[in-house]
This record gives sequence, C-alpha cells and structure tokens, in this order.
Amino acid sequence: MSDVSLVVNGRKVSGTVEDRTLLVHFLRENLGLTGTHVGCDTSQCGACVVHVDGKAVKSCTMLAVQASGSTVTTIEGLANGTDLHPVQAAFKENHGLQCGFCTPGMIMTSVDMIARHPEGLDEATVRHELEGNICRCTGYHNIVKAVLAASKTMAKGSKGRAKAAA
Amino acid sequence: MYSLNYHRASSVADAVKLAKKGDDVKYLAGGMTLIPAMKTRLSAPSDLIDLGHIGELKGIKVSGKNVTIGAGTTHAEVAANEKLKAVCPAVSDLAAHIGDPAVRHKGTIGGSIANNDPAADYPAALLALDATVVTNKREIAAAKFFTGLFETALKDGEIVTAVRFTAPAKAGYEKFRNPASRYAMTGVFVAKGKANGKDDVRVAVTGAGENGVFRSKEIEAALSKKFDAAAVEGVKVPSKNLMSDIHASADYRAALVVVMAKRATAKANS
Repeated sequence: MSDVSLVVNGRKVSGTVEDRTLLVHFLRENLGLTGTHVGCDTSQCGACVVHVDGKAVKSCTMLAVQASGSTVTTIEGLANGTDLHPVQAAFKENHGLQCGFCTPGMIMTSVDMIARHPEGLDEATVRHELEGNICRCTGYHNIVKAVLAASKTMAKGSKGRAKAAA
Repeated sequence: MYSLNYHRASSVADAVKLAKKGDDVKYLAGGMTLIPAMKTRLSAPSDLIDLGHIGELKGIKVSGKNVTIGAGTTHAEVAANEKLKAVCPAVSDLAAHIGDPAVRHKGTIGGSIANNDPAADYPAALLALDATVVTNKREIAAAKFFTGLFETALKDGEIVTAVRFTAPAKAGYEKFRNPASRYAMTGVFVAKGKANGKDDVRVAVTGAGENGVFRSKEIEAALSKKFDAAAVEGVKVPSKNLMSDIHASADYRAALVVVMAKRATAKANS
C-alpha cells in the first residue's frame, strides 16, 4: 500500500491505495469522479483520458502512485459552475455524441489538442489527433465538427482564458 | 494486474540501488507497453522502479549535427523540439506518429528501445542513423543493441540514459500501419549520411523481421547507386526471415518493405 496525494480539479486529495491501483480506479472509486470512463482497458479507446500536469494521458495506463504529487483535471473539472467549457458547449451544440460513453475522453483529448494548436486546427489534424479516442456509435463527423467549432470559439475569446480553462 | 511494490527513483544511481531489492524487478519508464502487459498479466514484476521523475534522463541537446536525446524524453517532446526538427525532421516526424497523443505524452524513447518491440518505430531510426545507445555503464552501437524480439544487449539492472546520433544529410521514415493496433506492419527508415568521408546509405526495417529490426542490403544497394524513390522500383526483397501472421504473410511484408522504402526516400528528398 502507498499514500497518494494529488490536486484533482483544484482540490487537494489523498488516499492510501494498493500500488497496482490504476489512476482511473482511484478517480472513480476513491474520489467518486465517475465521469472518467473505462472503455477498453487495453489503452486503445481513450474514454479514460484525463490531464495530468496539463497533458492528456490515458488514466487506465498509469498507476495512481505514479501520478502522486501531480495536478489532475478530469471532465468534472472543466465547467465553471453551470457554464460549460467551450469544448463541452461545442459538443452539445454540434451533437458530437450519441450514447455519450466516449464523450468525456473525447472532450479531454480535444481540450488538450486545442491548447497545443493555438494556430488553429483543420479537419485532417483533428482526425489525426483523435486517433486514440474511439466512438462506436456515430462515426466521427459531428465530433470533428464540434472540435473545429470549439477551436474557433476559443481563438476568438481571450487566449488566456482558453489556456486557464485547459 | 498482480500485486506489486512501487518505488520512485530520484536519480539513475538511486534506481540502480532500488533495483537490487525484490525478486523480479522492472524499470518503469512511460509505461505505455509495460502497464498494458501487466494488466493482461503477461508481465508480473514483484517490484517496479519508476524512472519517470528523474530529471537527468530528460531533454534534447542539439549541437551542430550532433543530437543527444535523454532516455526519459517523451515522444511528444521529441516531436515538438524545434532544434531537432531543424537538423533531423525525420525523427521528429517518426515520434509524431507513434501511438496517439496520450501515448506520446507518456511514452519515452528509452522505454521504447529497451522494450524493443519488433513493430516499434524507434529501433528502425536508431539502426539507420547508426546511433549510439548510452547506458549508465557503457555505450552500445545500435547494431549491437537490438538483439532479437523484445531482446536487447542490456544487462540486468542496466539503464538506458540517452540516445546519440549525427543527423544525416537526408532521412525519411514511412510505415504501413496495422489498421487496428496502429503498430507498423512494416516500417522503413532510410538515411543518407557520411562514413569515412563517403556517402553512406543505411536502410532499416521494423515490423517485418522475425528477429526484430534489420538492415535491408537490397534497398541499400539500390539507393547507394541513386538516392531516389525510383531507384527502389523493382528491387526484390527476400521474404526469408520475415514474419508471417494473421495480419500479413512474409511475402506481403517483403513487398511492403519496397513500397515503404520508396515512400520514405521520397519523403527524405522532399
């Protein structure tokens, strides 16, 4: 067993876990943050993507102890009260989902992608960048549309705010 | 995943010391291969030594044409490094196409080569670039480092600390991906550099060999005459010692070597 302490969505948290505990299970079971999903368990689907120290990672492929000392943002940490994050709003607006299971990971990946491409995005880049996120419902048409729309909205808004939200 | 003991190393020396305890100790770099293998219980170390927090293993140095990449540098960092892009864009491009963005944020060059997956991308680059693998004990030429499927010249407890190479005049990498796993079913790295003052063309193939990465003499001979995609046209690569599996036969992979070499050369010349 090891002690783990993290800052999750701006809140200091700690716990004692088995060393083999995956970060995603710590988030879901110890912290009750069930917005982060386990889809495939083989590191391919991306439903479990969260940000660790500002970078999108697959939380099913990282131990909780590995992340100890880090700052983590999950899907629950994006919205500001009842104001959706621009990427969440764009997914809603463009109907970038059907069943919604992959959506938290899609959104966390998209927020990271937009932050890394301040110059803007095109469809080919979005599709390449979404390679690690699998949707089994709809195809990716509206998801790509949502990411492109969010990227435009965030470029229009102050760049500082977009970064802080990421 | 089986139960294990986690240790976080603060330095390379600390990692070596920690590795002396425990029955079946493994070093953990980015964990992008090791953790999935542990989840499926293909790998079950008693102790994990996390190298992910060791500052001395991170970073890229470019001095003229000489490149040193710290073993703990992630694929995303390699892909984004402007100095590396300026001297050897082929390596940046290769790193930008490993796995997906989340994998590139965690996976490291040291972890990739120490694992030596027969379908990994970096082994092809290192072999074609005649790179040197630096460990905490010695320096090993890439040609002697990769010894077989998931096998390297690393001894027990030895840690890869950096990779060093001289940027060639031209280089390019192209792979044909498995549509599901996205690993290279065949990947070819071509490099045109200098050895003893003469042009030296080296071509390394990953994803296809039964014993992991290898150099293709046939493609090297063709490109040595003329470093042009057209020069590879019609070259016959023997299918002996190539992998045959559910995804592709050895003959198909032999054909892919030629096609990927053509595309890689075109990229190198572009």
